[in-house]
Formats: sequence, structure tokens, C-alpha cells
Amino acid sequence: MSEIKPNPEENKPSSVAVSSAKASVPAAVPPGVAQHQANKGNEAPKPPAPAPAQVAPKTPPASASPKPSATPAPPPAPLPNPLAHLAAPFQGVDFKLKGFHADASVGPDQVVSVAEQLDKDGFSLDTITGVDWLAQGQMEVVYDYFHPVRGLRAAVRARIPRDNPELPTISAVFPGANWHERETHDFFGIRFLGHPNLTPFLLPEDADYHPLKKDFKA
Amino acid sequence: MLKLLSTEPVRLLAFLVGIMAFVGLNAAYLVWVERKGAGRFQRRPGPTEVGYAGLLQPIADAIKLLSKQLIVPQGVDAALFRVAPLLMMAPALMSLAVIPFGPSLAARNINVGLLLIFALGSINVMAIMLGGWSSRNKYAIMSAARVVSQNVAYEIPTLLVVITMIMITGTMNLNEIVRQQAGAFWHWNVFRVWVNPLMPVTFLIFFICMLAETNRAPFDMAEAESELVAGAYTEYSSMGFGVFFMAEYANILLGCSLATVLFLGGWQSPFGILPGVLWFLIKMYFLVFAVVWVRWTFPRTQFYGLLNLSWKLLIPVSLFTLILSSAIMKLY
Amino acid sequence: MTTQETIVSNLADVPRSNGGGVETFVLNVGPQHPATHGVLRVKMTMDGEYVLRAEPVCGYIHRMHEKMGENRTYAQFLPNTSRIDYLSAMTYTHAWAGVVERAAKIQPPPRAEYVRVITSELNRISSHLVWWGAFLLDLGGFTPLLYAFDDREMILDLLERITGARLTYCYYRIGGLYNDVDEEFIEGTRKFVHHMRPRLKMYRELVTENIIFRKRLIDIGPISQEMCRKYGATGPVIRGSGIPYDVRKAEPYSAYPEFDFEIPHFREGDSMARYLVRMEEMAQSLRIIEQALDKLPSGPVMAEKVPRVLKLPAGDYCYAVEAARGRFMVRIVSDNKEIAYRAKLRTPCLSNLSLFEEASQGMLLPDALALMGSLDLVIPDIDR
Repeated sequence: MSEIKPNPEENKPSSVAVSSAKASVPAAVPPGVAQHQANKGNEAPKPPAPAPAQVAPKTPPASASPKPSATPAPPPAPLPNPLAHLAAPFQGVDFKLKGFHADASVGPDQVVSVAEQLDKDGFSLDTITGVDWLAQGQMEVVYDYFHPVRGLRAAVRARIPRDNPELPTISAVFPGANWHERETHDFFGIRFLGHPNLTPFLLPEDADYHPLKKDFKA
Repeated sequence: MLKLLSTEPVRLLAFLVGIMAFVGLNAAYLVWVERKGAGRFQRRPGPTEVGYAGLLQPIADAIKLLSKQLIVPQGVDAALFRVAPLLMMAPALMSLAVIPFGPSLAARNINVGLLLIFALGSINVMAIMLGGWSSRNKYAIMSAARVVSQNVAYEIPTLLVVITMIMITGTMNLNEIVRQQAGAFWHWNVFRVWVNPLMPVTFLIFFICMLAETNRAPFDMAEAESELVAGAYTEYSSMGFGVFFMAEYANILLGCSLATVLFLGGWQSPFGILPGVLWFLIKMYFLVFAVVWVRWTFPRTQFYGLLNLSWKLLIPVSLFTLILSSAIMKLY
Repeated sequence: MTTQETIVSNLADVPRSNGGGVETFVLNVGPQHPATHGVLRVKMTMDGEYVLRAEPVCGYIHRMHEKMGENRTYAQFLPNTSRIDYLSAMTYTHAWAGVVERAAKIQPPPRAEYVRVITSELNRISSHLVWWGAFLLDLGGFTPLLYAFDDREMILDLLERITGARLTYCYYRIGGLYNDVDEEFIEGTRKFVHHMRPRLKMYRELVTENIIFRKRLIDIGPISQEMCRKYGATGPVIRGSGIPYDVRKAEPYSAYPEFDFEIPHFREGDSMARYLVRMEEMAQSLRIIEQALDKLPSGPVMAEKVPRVLKLPAGDYCYAVEAARGRFMVRIVSDNKEIAYRAKLRTPCLSNLSLFEEASQGMLLPDALALMGSLDLVIPDIDR
């Protein structure tokens, strides 16, 4: 278990220097909630389905998580959380509807600690990808994990401002993240701070464009 | 006129032409045998298009190769690059001069035929090494290094086996060695267990070493197309490659001929029917077929496995046979 | 393989930098190299024949399938998925059809699910056969390739009958299948199962028990469970390291829960283990096919009322299948339009190859290439 220190100085600008009021993440508000509300217009799940991007009200009660308490959002009856023993704000998801078991929205500074928790729990990294929310001026980075023994699937999401897409790398926790992060950097221009080799992976080595950005014109 | 024809220079000239034609034809048609054999081993017909059963395929291949340009890449040692294929072909041709194809069918019947063959045989290694080295290609250089260590490793058990044979037969004259194996097939050296109970093993060692020395699968470290692309031959095109290719078959021919002479009674007929030359060819081509058979059946060995086989198994066993036969000779 | 171990451990004593007295050179394996089976390039820093560092360079066949997924409808993207891993096209179209069905809450009829299982498993066998031949080719054995293609030909003929394609099938549709299977296919598949079992036995005798072959694989290229987990390796790679992870069991989909089959896994983690996993998997696939043929229900093969214009409710959806090379997952983000907002294709080969750099350190070049062959790479699957 190699550990990585999420660099606070590097992360601060990313969360502060956002022009959009919706996207800015003040330190007092839990990032997940703020982000969730920001994307509600576009990603709101169907009423009967449990909201994947929603933060459960203090799902891990026993954990001494450093996160501030969530504002009481009205959640539709939460499903049992298979990852309740972790400090990360995971929330159960109906596998039949969604294809994964647990979901967590975290701030960009937490992705490394969540990765460490999942690593300790025996999870393996499935993939890393981005989603470009052009309308909200945000980028979403989705980390997919799977548990090779228990067969669980977990998704971790972090939202970052679109005009300064930066977040720390988890390649020190999961070396396999190296390539996935390079690929995400290729496609979305998301910079993974502390990445050992953030060079184009699938695109040509002189590529200065990011084809999966929604405002990309070929 | 007749007197002129039977003079030594004319005889040598005839043999020179004969051997070159024999090797040339064989190199071409062993390719056909190889491809046809591979086809049969792999449940497919092999070449069928050019001529009856693809018999003209080697000719077509040769014409194709001849019509191509011999590219000498920039920065290679052009002289060595050109000499290497010839250096591989020439010793095989020269060695065949002392092989007795029939009771009186040998270009030169000299006393130290075996010595000549092994002296010339070691030039082979040089040829591949020079080819690889002068190509200025990383794969070729790796292949050159492999070939040297491989051939050094397999030269030793080969020579130990040959020394055993020289001790048993008491001569280095190949014709004389064949003559000693006269009679029914149990007089062949490979079956003469009363001289040395390990005779079949000796033959097997010789055969394995022959495969390794000619860089044939499963010991084709030099070419190793899935690792080193084409090894020492990577940069060769046209007849540069073609000569290397033919030399490989010429060397197989030589190796199988030598095995036939040393172990399988050369031109001695086991039943007394058919002329000796035919028997020689039958035995030799059976060995050639075995070489093809092995190639298309086994995967390539690992490099250290190959060296382990030589240093840890073949050399001790061949040393043991050497000591055993000398002990037996001393006792009787 | 004690020799190799000693040599490698000796190498470890040597400082691995250029200044440490070891003269290294960079060997460029690929993008056109016989062992890379496609346009993969591996930059190998070598010390003689020892690989100090092997850095795969990808992207030579990158086609940006994910962008294509964002500008065509769900049904239109279906053929794209079969071009990702062209050797295991059935399972890949299965994942795409599955994720759309999951999001749109379409339930394919049972007969369709059974036929999907049969065809997917046939495709898995044909994929493994190609791998088997090509892997032996990597090791310098030519003949098995053509034996494998002989058997594969039967599968291709069968699948061609019902799908019209021989390699890049687009047989599954959102909600079911393009058309039903006929008696001839069922009979042919049964015949194939009977044909294949003795063949597998023959392959074991011809290849698996060959001494040269065993020496080249046993203890070569060990991959630990931890390494598999850290790199997200799946499929035969993780099963060859002793973790019985198979999406067919871990996240049961389609009709797989209804069949009795085992997940072959071996603890050794060497190339031989991965080889044996795949060989054993072919036998298990035959088992599944046989059961599915016996239990094949009748009925339609297409769900009723699949809307012509398919709009998925907003949200994100995943669907994973066990492809021949491991876990293939599709993640769709929908914004309630008929075109996906984001289509992520998680391919197994990318994760499987990413551990190559670590796993191949200090190996001999032929061993490293044997390791690469045992990972069963399909390059378009990495580059997408």
C-alpha cells in the first residue's frame, strides 16, 4: 500500500478559481452535495431509482471521516450500502438498474483517500473516465472499481471545474491507473497532478486537442 | 580423348559441377520437401499451383528472389555484408567433396576427411556472426551473439562424439569408415552395441547437435522469427537471403550425409539389393525428413534451455561414451 | 528454471541506470513485429537479452470509438462494438445491447438469452483457438495454428449461417436477436461439441505435455494476485493468478445463472497457468453450450415493443460481460436523448497489458514475449 499525499496547495485553485457559482466548492459545503445539486438538471435519476449521485446522509456512521456532515437532502429510501464499512460516502445502488452496487460523489481532494480505502478493502481498479458537463461548466471524473473476490462494483465520482480540470493522481495507489489517467487526459484534457508520465497515450504524441470535450470541433 | 577425360583435373571438374548441381538442386527441392511436408503435417496440401504438385515452386521462388534488388542498407559494413552469405555456402559445398556417396563416388578420398569437414564447419558460425554483425541491426546482432554461443556449445558434444567414432573406427577416412560397416544392418555403427553399448545414444547426440549446428528448429535461435524478426538475416534481401537460405539446406544435407556415413553405414546396403548410391540417398533423405518432421512438430526451445541441454546433458553424456568406449577398447 | 532465476538475481545486483556500468540499448519491438500480433509497439530497454524496462506504446490503431458512440444512436453504435475486439465480437455486442436493455428496461425473451449464451460461448472458443495458435506461433511452433484454425472454421461456418458474418458479428439486437437459429445450427453445434472434446484431448497430448513447451512456460512470467488487483487485470490473467473472478459468476448476466459451469483457475500465476486456464475454459464453454442446447426454450427471439426511437432515461448505466480476454464493461451516460451523452468502453486488454511493464522486468526477451503472448492481446481492443 503505497500512499500518496493529495497536495492541498495544488488542489485549492482548482476548487476556488471557478467562475461558475454552481461549480464552486466552498470548503464548508460537502463537495458531493454541491456537485450533485449542480448536475441535477442533467443527471437526475428517475424517481423510483435510488439516486446514484446523491450523498446519503452520513452513511458511514461509525467512521471518523474528516468530511463535514451532509446537509439533510431528502433521499429516496436508500438501499443497503455494501460498502458501509468504509469511510467514503458510498451509497447503495440497485445493481439491476444501474450495473453497479455502490456509488460515491467526492471532492477532487478525496479521490486518493477513497482509492486507498478501496485498495485496503481489496478492490481493483476497473477504469477511469471523464464526462464533460459543458452546460454546468464542469468535468466529472468517474473511477470504476470492482472487487475481484466479492464481485462488487463501486463508482466514485469527482467533479472539477471545466476551465481548470485538475485533480490528484491515484496512480501511486493503483499503478494500473497510470494508463487510464493518461487516456482521460488525452480525451478530456484533465490534468492528474503528480502523475509520473502524463503524455498522450492513444492520441498522437503531439496532440494538443481533446476529442471528447463537448466543444471539440474536428 | 578418353585418356584426357580420366585425368585428375577433369575428374575434379566433373565432381565440382556435380556437387554444385547436387547441392543446388537439393537446396531448391528440400525447400519443396519442407513446404510439402509442413503442409502435410498441418493438414493442408502445401504448394500445388506451380507445376505438378507444386514441383516448379522452388524455381519460381528462385526467379523471384533473383529478380529482386539486393539492398545494402546505409551504414552497414558493405564488404562483410556481401561476403557473409558466400561464407556460409562455400564450406558446405567444400565439405561435400569428401563425402563418399558410393563405393567409388567421392570427389576426394582423403585420409583426414572428418577433420576437413569439421574444420570447414566452424566457418559457418563466422558467416552468420558476420552477417548479423555487419547488418547494423539490433535484432541481427542479438542473433549473432546467440549463434556464437549456441554453436560453441554444440561444437563440443559433436566433436566428442566424432572422437568416439574415430577411436572406434581408427580412421578419419570416411570411405574407410563406411567400409568397416559392411554386412547386414547390425554392422552399422549405430547398432554396434558390443563396441559401445551407448552407440544409439551417441547417434542421437550427433543428430541433436546437427540440428543445433544447422540452426534448425527447435534450436532456431538465430532466426527466431517471433522474437528477433529474422535474426541475422533481417537486413538481407534478394539472393543475399536466398544464399543464406540455400546454405541452410546445404548444411542439413551435409549433416545428414555425415550422420549416414558415421552411423548408418553410408552406401552399405542392408539387403544386398540396389546399388550403394541409392542406399546412401535413401538413408540420407530419411534423416532429412526427420529434420523436417522435428521442425514442424516442436516449438522453439528457450535459449538457456538450449545451452543447459548442451552443457549439462549432452557434453557429460558424450564424454561418458568417449571414456566408456576407450575403456572397452582397452579391455578387449 | 533455476538457471534463469540465478541469472536474473545476478542482474538485480547490477545498478540499473546507464551510469552503473551496464551498457543498455533500446530495442524497438513493433509496431511491426511478428510477436506483437498487431500494431503494438514496445520500447524495450535491454541489457543484452535481458529486458530492463519494457514500455508499451499504444495508439497505433486508435479509432476513437467512444466519440463515435456520442454521435450515433444506440442501435447504430452496435456494429462498432464488434470491431473493438474482433476476435470476440459476440460478447462485445452483448455488452452494448445489455447496457441499453438495462437502461431502457427491456427484457429479451428467454430464447434470445439462451442463443446469446450459445453464440457467445462459441465465439469464446473460436477466440481462444486463435489465441492458442498464435501463442504457439510466438513460441516457434507453427503446426498448432492450423489445427486450431481447422476447428475454428467449424465455428465460423456455424455462426455465419445464423449471423451472416464470419468475424465481426452484429447478431444481437437491442431487445433480442436479429433472427432465430434453425435446426441445422443446433445440430451443427451439437456435432461441433462432439468434435471438439477429443480435439482438446489431442491438443493436450500434442502441445500441453510437450517438454519443450512446458519448459518455456512453467515459472515464466509470474504475475501475483496483488499485481493483478493493482492493475485491474481480468479474464484468464487474473484466473491464472488464482482468483476465480469471472463476470459470468460475479455479476451474473443473461442466462448464465441457469447453467452449471466452473471457473477454471490456477494458483501458479505463470504463463502456463494462463495457458491452462484458457484450455480449460474451452471445455467449460462446451459444457455451457451443451446445457443451453438441451434447455433451449422456444418462443420469440425479440422483445415486444422495442421503441424504434430509443431514448434512455437520464443517468448512467453499466453493463459488464466476460469477454474472451476478460471483463468488458460499457458505461453509458444518458441525458435523455436518443444518442448517448458519453459511452465509455472499458476493455480488458488495456488493463491486462498495463501490468506488462512491471511483470516483464528482468526477463529474457523470448520469455518476455512469451509472457506477452500469454496475456492474449488484441491491439484494437487496447486502442479502441
